Amino acid sequence: MHEKLRLLIVDDSFTICQAIEKNLSDFPLEVVGTAGDGKSALELFRNTNPDVVTLDITMPEMDGILVLEEMMKINQDVKIMVITALKDKATGLRAIQLGAKSYMVKPFTAEKLKAAVARMLGLN
Amino acid sequence: MNETDLHFFIDSTINYFEEITGEQPVTGIPYLKGKEPVVLDYSGIIGISGKRKGCVYITTTQEMLKNLAQIILDNDEATVETIKDLTGEIANTISGNVREAYGSSFMISVPVVVEGKAKDIRLPEQVQAFVIPITWKDFQSFLVVCLE
Repeated sequence: MHEKLRLLIVDDSFTICQAIEKNLSDFPLEVVGTAGDGKSALELFRNTNPDVVTLDITMPEMDGILVLEEMMKINQDVKIMVITALKDKATGLRAIQLGAKSYMVKPFTAEKLKAAVARMLGLN
Repeated sequence: MNETDLHFFIDSTINYFEEITGEQPVTGIPYLKGKEPVVLDYSGIIGISGKRKGCVYITTTQEMLKNLAQIILDNDEATVETIKDLTGEIANTISGNVREAYGSSFMISVPVVVEGKAKDIRLPEQVQAFVIPITWKDFQSFLVVCLE
């Protein structure tokens, strides 16, 4: 039995937030918040102290790369999976250099998401 | 814009539908947009800046969006808000995926969603816009690409 990890979902599409939450419902994760823009995401991050974050990049207010940098300054142990439409290598490399544990390109299926999260959490 | 540019967007569109639904859409022969509006029930618009400038939009029907939402959310009944949100997300994903070809200097905005058939979408002047017809199942959509 795994202890539940605290999950923060960040995406400006609430459909994607819902899909992520639904698809990960069998994982040992407790959703502690969802945010639709970078500033709200950082505020929730500070207030909820999540163990795991799924993070979009193209968002209003503050983009996901800046949010990632700030989150890593606050907690270097957090496991952040970037889930974005941006399919270029440079952005993927930048995210990993900044501390993201995983980088997944949209569109995604339930199976692809579950496999990537399981890999990141070492649940395989 | 040239044929190669159009192929990047066609490939990205095909990939979107295939990945989400397991079923490839059929893309028609692209044509130059004239004065006639190309607007269906919902349109998701992305502004492009950086090395390329312009905009990209997808316009589609409520029925197609309901079908996609049911697949993505596993048969939940899609609300109007979900349909609008999904329109923007499709535009974002198709535009963001072409950075595989253009690189990170191809900057995309957050989506703007327009509801309704009444008006055309305003595009940059003096720039050719190409319309790519898309048919997925029996549903018609159009991707409009307008890049300097």
